[in-house]
Amino acid sequence: MTVTDLVSYEDALATYEPVMGLEVHVELGTKTKMFCGCSTALGADANTQTCPTCLGLPGSLPVVNAIGVESAIKIGLALNCSIAEWCRFARKNYFYPDMPKNFQTSQYDEPIAFDGYLDVQLEDGEVFRVEIERAHMEEDTGKSTHVGGATGRIHGASHSLLDYNRAGIPLIEIVTKPIKGAGERAPEVAKAYVAELRELIKALGVSEARMEMGQMRCDVNLSLMPKGSEKFGTRSETKNVNSLRSVERAARFEIQRHAAVLSSGGTIIQETRHFHEEDGSTTSGRVKEEAEDYRYFPEPDLVPVAPSREWVEELRKGLPELPRLRRNRLREEWGVSEHDMQSILNAGAVDLIVATTEAGADAAAARKWWMGELARRANEDGVDLDALPITPEQVARVAALVAEGSLNDKLARQTIEGVLAGEGTPDEVVEKRGLKVVSDEGALGKAVDEAIESNAAIADKIRGGKVAAAGALVGAVMKATRGQADAARVRELILEKLGVEG
Amino acid sequence: MAQTAAHELIKLTAAETAAKIAAGEVTAVQVTEAHLARIEAVDEKVHAFLHVDREGALAQARAVDAKRERGEKLGPLAGVPLALKDIFTTEGVPTTVGSKILEGWLPPYDATVTQRLKAADVVILGKTNMDEFAMGSSTENSAYGPTGNPWDLTRIPGGSGGGSSAALASYEAPLAIGTDTGGSIRQPAAVTGTVGVKPTYGGVSRYGMVAFSSSLDQGGPCARTVLDAALLHEAIAGHDPLDSTSIDAPVPAVVEAARNGSVQGMRVGVVKQFRGEGYQDGVIQRFDESVALMKELGAEIVELDCPSFDLALAAYYLIAPSECSSNLARFDAMRYGLRVGDDGTKSAEDVTALTREAGFGPEVKRRIMLGTYALSSGYYDAYYGSAQKVRTLITREFEAAFEQVDVIVSPTTPTTAFPIGERADDPMAMYLADVCTLPVNLAGNAAMSLPCGLAPEDGLPVGLQIIAPTMKDDRLYKVGAAVEAAFVEKWGHPLLEEAPSL
Amino acid sequence: MPGITREEVAHLARLARLELKDEELDHFAGQLDDIIGAVARVSEVADQDVPPTSHPLPLTNVMRADEVRPSLTPEQALSGAPAQEQQRFKVPQILGEE
Ligand SMILES: [Mg+2]
Ligand SMILES: [Zn+2]
Repeated sequence: MTVTDLVSYEDALATYEPVMGLEVHVELGTKTKMFCGCSTALGADANTQTCPTCLGLPGSLPVVNAIGVESAIKIGLALNCSIAEWCRFARKNYFYPDMPKNFQTSQYDEPIAFDGYLDVQLEDGEVFRVEIERAHMEEDTGKSTHVGGATGRIHGASHSLLDYNRAGIPLIEIVTKPIKGAGERAPEVAKAYVAELRELIKALGVSEARMEMGQMRCDVNLSLMPKGSEKFGTRSETKNVNSLRSVERAARFEIQRHAAVLSSGGTIIQETRHFHEEDGSTTSGRVKEEAEDYRYFPEPDLVPVAPSREWVEELRKGLPELPRLRRNRLREEWGVSEHDMQSILNAGAVDLIVATTEAGADAAAARKWWMGELARRANEDGVDLDALPITPEQVARVAALVAEGSLNDKLARQTIEGVLAGEGTPDEVVEKRGLKVVSDEGALGKAVDEAIESNAAIADKIRGGKVAAAGALVGAVMKATRGQADAARVRELILEKLGVEG
Repeated sequence: MAQTAAHELIKLTAAETAAKIAAGEVTAVQVTEAHLARIEAVDEKVHAFLHVDREGALAQARAVDAKRERGEKLGPLAGVPLALKDIFTTEGVPTTVGSKILEGWLPPYDATVTQRLKAADVVILGKTNMDEFAMGSSTENSAYGPTGNPWDLTRIPGGSGGGSSAALASYEAPLAIGTDTGGSIRQPAAVTGTVGVKPTYGGVSRYGMVAFSSSLDQGGPCARTVLDAALLHEAIAGHDPLDSTSIDAPVPAVVEAARNGSVQGMRVGVVKQFRGEGYQDGVIQRFDESVALMKELGAEIVELDCPSFDLALAAYYLIAPSECSSNLARFDAMRYGLRVGDDGTKSAEDVTALTREAGFGPEVKRRIMLGTYALSSGYYDAYYGSAQKVRTLITREFEAAFEQVDVIVSPTTPTTAFPIGERADDPMAMYLADVCTLPVNLAGNAAMSLPCGLAPEDGLPVGLQIIAPTMKDDRLYKVGAAVEAAFVEKWGHPLLEEAPSL
Repeated sequence: MPGITREEVAHLARLARLELKDEELDHFAGQLDDIIGAVARVSEVADQDVPPTSHPLPLTNVMRADEVRPSLTPEQALSGAPAQEQQRFKVPQILGEE
């Protein structure tokens, strides 16, 4: 392995134009696998959701899942693709222990959906059109656990253990055409595209598209060409970049790495690369001695899929409100700017905020928590927002506690911190940490009296009409109650006791 | 109860056996024991069976007898013993496909054909020998040693289903199941003087039938008479939702056709491509006599020219190996079957390669490599692509022919049974055995082989092939029954009675 | 058609994961050459404007409802495994990553 000195991002972009290709695999949320009736439910014991077909036992045969096809068509339509009138599955032949048949049943030159586009909006409101090459149906592989190595990684392992529960789960692979002209915004476009695609998939109801669960996985292909050139450079293919943030970082890193290699007179090797969450770098995968030759041919165990035009039109009519339109509606409802709405999308917060409002919070509060405290935490922890261990219902509960005056902002932040730390529900955290605002009028009155007594000069000023000086007394009371008082109520009490109109 | 001696029981047809069991003249257990005893007595010489499931067979027979005693209605083949080609999975009973790579494998599931046989109360005696993975025309490619032809044990019983044909011809079973990818039911039937039918592609489920070439493979009935074949055909055929290529339509009325044999007024085609160089004189003589016989019986004979048939062998030896190279990739030493070289230091990749080297015989390796070659990038269009065009041309020629005729007839195979070892290391000579049968597999229609006499020069059986259009399997039986009856009348007995006793 | 070389056979064997012995390479090279020479005849139709047939049946749209069917038990699934551990298939170390 070689250590790569990176060229600064700015320098890289001064010389080169990036060209990207994004390949996204989405695991469909069907009840059963693509070619057999085994359950796709998550969390089952190893090898309890397998059958002769998905284990590739001799003699077994595949049968296509109708909802898998329907989902593929919906995705294709939502991506403005043409839907094939007739297409076939193909076998992609290569040996790998996680693939029971040693071929993947996929589609080759006859994808079910092709030639579409997806408009994505960048932070500043600019709309960038990403052209879609194709969306096709295929199947997932099993899962291997590598044993005996120091880190659980494949290298140095003595053997591997295979669980085929995931083998055969339907995947839709969505491939973009080369994305050119994004310039320095290429990493941002990559992230916005994946974010928009994820919104779309969720809106279609075909998958939950949870990246942290591997339900949506992205490969980032990237190459550089000298500015002004039209000829693409050699690309690298960074595999399994599995969060929105990582997509952006991987693209950025590869731009800097490619520039470093090219600027020093080197050549980029066409290879797969692995992305490392820890530092945002990529490293070389195994260089294959022989060029891949997948020997694709039409899958003879399956018959062609020929979606009738009536069916396609019916599915088109049933498409839900598309995310960008929905966002515009929500933006108006929430009364936020284009820019804020884009930030909400990029943070992956649209549905979280909607869910929080559906759980009873008002939109402003929901937005404030998700885009403030929680976005900060997600960023710190390097995870996507929806991967935080807090639910929209819990955020709504915190907002409700604030609204009823039981918590102030500071206490609410502490409550959220407690939930994130796994201390329980908001109410449990409040209880355990003793975070309730002091609203006992007797105790509060006593604290106010003490503050007036020990700050006689300030009290006099207030009596004399300098109401603004009340802030100092409020501060003293808050200090005495360790922040657990409702500041507004404290102020009211102070003015009341001093006989002044607020 | 009239006792029928064991040596008489084994000579009965399946229809007669079932009738005697239903009438209580003999029990299913007696019938089964008679056949088990016969196997015991002669199979050391014949080697038709790879595995005899004595206990399973007797249990099934007892269940039939119990059913009868309870007064339940028995099906037309209840209690009749059958020899199952070792290519169909049988739960808990070894299934090897004639290969070392699956030695000792006990499938956890039944093939659809296996299930239907059990449901029809057929008694499965065991699993029969075959060319490894059904690749061959002589059964010499079995990893477990060759099978002898009961007419002359130094000669081949045909292949790949030589175990099934030999079991019938040696009276070890009145019924057998075969599979036919290029002729593996019909050619063994021809060289052993028995009856074999390749149903229309999609007529019999392939689920649980270990795949050789998916778009060509078809399971079918083997028997000593046309009626028995029809009864078995009806028991195993019909739509199976587990096989996507299974035809969802009623099974042609084959039993009714077999009971009403006639060629009166039928137009019978003779293809000029099915004779000439490489055809044994005695084969041509018996074939010509068969045509003359059909004319006497009231058929009209029509000469046909099908020039693309000359390309069938070449197309077949591209398509079948291509599909097999992919179908057999699953035998990788990871999930089932043989594992060689796993000494704790070797990689999965190496263990797979070592296992496949040790577990596959030369013919299988040859075809895997041929198929790998034909599918490789750069060769696909010239080989696989062209072979598929040939397939279209052959199908069109069959369609055009069937506008002029009701059935086509030909010799089943150009020669009678050749000596074991004669063609063992000359693949091209071996492949010629299927020259008359494999056009049918490429087009997907139905065909039968039945005995039409002994070649005068060697006294060995000659097969007559009858070919019908897709889903017109009943015509095979209508014509076959008429020809069979006329021959038996002419000979004074079934042909098999001329076979030497073992 | 050019003949098939020993090196090409070795390449095919690698693609097909067959650890062929040296003498097999020579033997197969000769036989594959003969067979390929014979089957290459199909390219006579390469320029003909004929659609390819990949399948004998003109069926389309054979699909199943998205309904769960019983799976094998893990014991059944693993019953043929050459080695197992923790209810998983135990395989030798895996070198590459796809
Ligand atoms: Mg893919
Ligand atoms: Zn399954």
